[in-house]
Amino acid sequence: MDIVNIIILALLVNNVVLAQFLGICPFLGVSQRISTSIGMGAAVVFVMTIANLVTYLLFNFVLASLQIQFMQTITFILVIASLVQIVEIILKKVSPPLYQALGIYLPLITTNCAVLGTAILAITKNYNLVHSLVYAVSTGLGFTLALILMAGLREQLELTGVPKSMKGFPITLITAGMLSLAFMGFAGLVK
Amino acid sequence: MNYVKEFTKGFIKENPLLVLALGMCPSLAVTTSAINGLGMGAATTFVLVMSNVLIALLKNFIPNKVRIPAFIVIIATFVTIVDLTMNAFLPDLYKALGIFIPLIVVNCIILGRAEAFAQKNNVLASLLDGLGMGLGFTLAIFVVGSIREILGNGSFFDIKFVSENASTVLLFIMPPGAFITLGYIMLLMNKLKSKLN
Repeated sequence: MDIVNIIILALLVNNVVLAQFLGICPFLGVSQRISTSIGMGAAVVFVMTIANLVTYLLFNFVLASLQIQFMQTITFILVIASLVQIVEIILKKVSPPLYQALGIYLPLITTNCAVLGTAILAITKNYNLVHSLVYAVSTGLGFTLALILMAGLREQLELTGVPKSMKGFPITLITAGMLSLAFMGFAGLVK
Repeated sequence: MNYVKEFTKGFIKENPLLVLALGMCPSLAVTTSAINGLGMGAATTFVLVMSNVLIALLKNFIPNKVRIPAFIVIIATFVTIVDLTMNAFLPDLYKALGIFIPLIVVNCIILGRAEAFAQKNNVLASLLDGLGMGLGFTLAIFVVGSIREILGNGSFFDIKFVSENASTVLLFIMPPGAFITLGYIMLLMNKLKSKLN
C-alpha cells in the first residue's frame, strides 16, 4: 500500500516538474518534440534510479556512520556528476544502440536539479532502499509524463498565431501554468 | 575595464532570470511570498559572490581539465555554509525554502558566472560581477514573490491589507500561479525590449 501511495504521489499529485518545480530547465529546453522528450525522459529515469541507489548507500553506510551528514550536498553532487560520466562510458561500450538513443541527453542531466533533488528528498523522507528506488522511478516517469504532455502542447502551439512578444519563454511558461493547473486536479487522490 | 558596467549589467540588460532565463527552479518554487523571494535571492547572492571571488583567486592553480568539478566543490562548500547558517539563525525561512537551499549548487547562474566570468577576470571584477548578477536575480525573484503574495494572499511582507475573510486569488500562491506570473513578467520584458530597439 505504501508503495502504491509513493507511486501515485510522485507521478501525479506531487509531479516533480509541475508541482515541485524541479528540472525546469530541461522541461523548457527539451520539450519541443515528442520524440526527444521520450529520449530525455528515459535518460532521467535511468540516471535517477542509479543515483538514488548510490546516494542511499553512501548516506547510510558512509556519511551517517561517520556522522558527517552535513557533507551531503558536496558528496551527492560529486557522486551524481561522476555517475553520469560513468554511465555514459559504460553505455557507449556495452550498448551502442542505447547510447545512440540517450547519449546526447546524458551530459545535460548533471545540472538537472531533479536528480539531486530526488536524492535529497528520499533521504529527508527517511525512505528505505526499496521505497527510495520506487520513488526515483516514479519521479522519473512523472518527469517524462510532464515532458511529453508539454511537447504535445508545444507542437500544436507552433501552428497557432502567437503575438510576437509572447513567443518563446512567455507562452511556454503560461502553457506550463495551464498544465500545472490541470495536474492540481489530482490533489486528494491519495491520503 | 569598466567596473561600473560589470556591476550594473546584471540588473536589467543581462538579468539572469528575466533575460537569460537561468535559475528557473528556485524562482518558481519558493516565490510564494516577498520575504521568501528575498531570502532565496540573498542566499544565492552570497554563494555567487563568494564562489566568484574564490575562483578568481584560484584560477591559476586549477588545472583546466578538472575545472568544472573543482568549481562545483567550491560552490557546494559555500552552499553548505549557507545551509548550516540559515538552519541555525533563520529556522522559519530555512523551512520555507526547504530543498531549494541545497539545490543552489545546481543553479546554473552560479556555475555559469564561474565559467564565463570569474575564471577569466581579476578578483575585483569577479566580485562586482557576482554582486551585480546576484542583486539582479534577487530583484527579479523579489518581484515575482511580491506579485504572488499580493494577489494570492492579499498581504505584503506578511502584513495583510485586505480583511481576514476576503477572498484572494489563491491560484497565485499555488504552483500554476508561479508559471503564469513569471510568464507575464517575461512578456513585459520582451515588450519593453522591442520598444527600446
